Amino acid sequence: MAEETTNARAAKAGADYWKANVRIILVSLVIWAVVSFGFGILLRPMLSGIAVGGTDLGFWFAQQGSILVFLALIFFYAWRMNKLDREYGVEED
Amino acid sequence: MEQFTINLLFVGASFALYIGIAIWARAGSTSEFYAAGRGVHPVTNGMATAADWMSAASFISMAGLIAFTGYDNSTYLMGWTGGYVLLALLLAPYLRKFGKFTVSEFIGDRFYSPTARMVAVICLIVASVTYVIGQMTGVGVAFGRFLEISNTAGLLIGAAVVFAYAVFGGMKGVTYTQVAQYVVLIMAYTIPAVFISLQLTGTPIPALGLFSETASTGAEGSVYLLTKLDQIVTDLGFASYTEAHKDNLNMVLFTLSLMIGTAGLPHVIMRFFTVPKVSDARWSAGWALVFIALLYLTAPAVGAMARLNITELMWPNGTSGEPVSVQTIETAPEYDWMLTWQKTGLLDWEDKNGDGLIQYYNDETDAMAETAAANGWEGNELTNFNRDILVLANPEIANLPGWVIGLVAAGGLAAALSTAAGLLLAISSAVSHDLLKGQLTPNMSEKAELLSARIAMAVAIAVATVLGLNPPGFAAQTVALAFGLAAASIFPALMMGIFSKRVNNVGAVCGMLSGLIFTLVYIFLHKGWLFIAETNSFPDTVDGSLFGIQSTAIGAIGALINFGVAYGVSLMTKDTPQEIKELVESVRIPAGAGGAVDH
Repeated sequence: MAEETTNARAAKAGADYWKANVRIILVSLVIWAVVSFGFGILLRPMLSGIAVGGTDLGFWFAQQGSILVFLALIFFYAWRMNKLDREYGVEED
Repeated sequence: MEQFTINLLFVGASFALYIGIAIWARAGSTSEFYAAGRGVHPVTNGMATAADWMSAASFISMAGLIAFTGYDNSTYLMGWTGGYVLLALLLAPYLRKFGKFTVSEFIGDRFYSPTARMVAVICLIVASVTYVIGQMTGVGVAFGRFLEISNTAGLLIGAAVVFAYAVFGGMKGVTYTQVAQYVVLIMAYTIPAVFISLQLTGTPIPALGLFSETASTGAEGSVYLLTKLDQIVTDLGFASYTEAHKDNLNMVLFTLSLMIGTAGLPHVIMRFFTVPKVSDARWSAGWALVFIALLYLTAPAVGAMARLNITELMWPNGTSGEPVSVQTIETAPEYDWMLTWQKTGLLDWEDKNGDGLIQYYNDETDAMAETAAANGWEGNELTNFNRDILVLANPEIANLPGWVIGLVAAGGLAAALSTAAGLLLAISSAVSHDLLKGQLTPNMSEKAELLSARIAMAVAIAVATVLGLNPPGFAAQTVALAFGLAAASIFPALMMGIFSKRVNNVGAVCGMLSGLIFTLVYIFLHKGWLFIAETNSFPDTVDGSLFGIQSTAIGAIGALINFGVAYGVSLMTKDTPQEIKELVESVRIPAGAGGAVDH
């Protein structure tokens, strides 16, 4: 009986951990898409008013900005997930 | 010292280094051969992944494509880096937790189906072999140019070198060799770029130089490099460098194909099996992108600056002045590079109107036709400028010292060889571990497995060398096929395997096959069946294509079909068994990741 309750609690913690992970992934992927497909391609006309070194912000995002944001996203995710692992007690030994 | 001797010294010294490391780190056991005993630090692993990933396409080809097209080819930059976000968030940590050696093992176990594993193996082998053919073609061209030997001899030497360290070293040898290759490659790419950026803008960091003002002040004061470039290319009738000219749909789909393809290529994914922990797999993807970004942030600067240099060499007195004369090209030292590259057949010019001058302009627009008629020009006289020579010729174009040119030669070869080695390893493990040990002869000994892995590598490199001598198409086309296939077949199966408990064996197999076949057929319809020229049904242009989507961008659609079919079929067939649901749950949680389980 006691063992079953522990198992159920562990399963619930696992499900919550996964839900939190998926939420972080979704937010990260929205940013990923906005800087590349958005600012770099589709939304470039919107940013054309912002001048950057002889061209506009959209050009910068397409050639450099998106790469820098990708880097920030991966390191943020690694840091956030390692923290989340500890919060839910599912980290490796 | 002659340039030939300098090239030979740099290339020879770098090879001695790679082979030395491969011998020093010879693999002993199966586990070491595939995954380096999981003793590789995330930073080291990131550097090796970067060398593995950046091939002849990134090093030799990409900046040239950007230089002559401008903004539209930013898709390469975003596509080949954005895939690492997908890898880090959606695949790497879970595949490491799963704790087996190969991608197809995961697919076979998760979809509890030997058929799924077989389909995955076929996808991996086809994608990897086509990719290696492209690399071997690049190896042949680079060796041929710098050692001043024939393309064939260059290809054979390259094949022997790849064989030596990939076959005898295995992953451990390859990992440390690739760290060395990364260092050579990144120095070779950035050092000339720094020199050129200093010459043009006075800024030592090329990525910043791209958006800086030019160092030389003209009559109207200093202007931004990109403004100047836009001005001179449009003066000559070419499309402006910074504006968009391609439709959004194709740009988005092409970028997406490259991103998904990155996250579906076996030699990249395999890297994440070699880190000690799940948390390290997350960091590893970040470190890989750091090392890749060093080249990718420099590449657009290399492209724009080379385009400016080339155009100004052709029009030394400005676009409204007198162009360069044939005599100057043949005698002036700063034009020596044109004579050297003319010998390769990849660069050529012709004084069509016989005025002793070389007019370089876009002869395909009506506006320029008027200018040409008024000035007595009879067409563009810089008749051939192969995009792929730009990076290799760049230090010569900018008149940099001989040692820089030698370094670039070594870097280009490092890029092509390291990728070829990583792909060969993926192929050999697919054949020996998945096909032979996993299916056909499950009882084979570790020694026999290691031997068959090495034989598979030798066969793969022989096939790639033969096809590299008579490539099925341009290297870029071959690489596009590899990406499309990986995007449409492998990535969706891996992602659904982790993020859905519902997708079952039948769904996964149907999904992979439909994505693969759709993409393959669409590419063949536009590029010719098995790349045989003239057998295509549609021209390979946006307007002439079947769905208004270029064949290079179709992988993204193939991936969507894969997702849709797999999910639809799964809903209509039996639910996944309980132990598979438990497997998915265990993969999602880092705790309990042990060493690799061999079976």
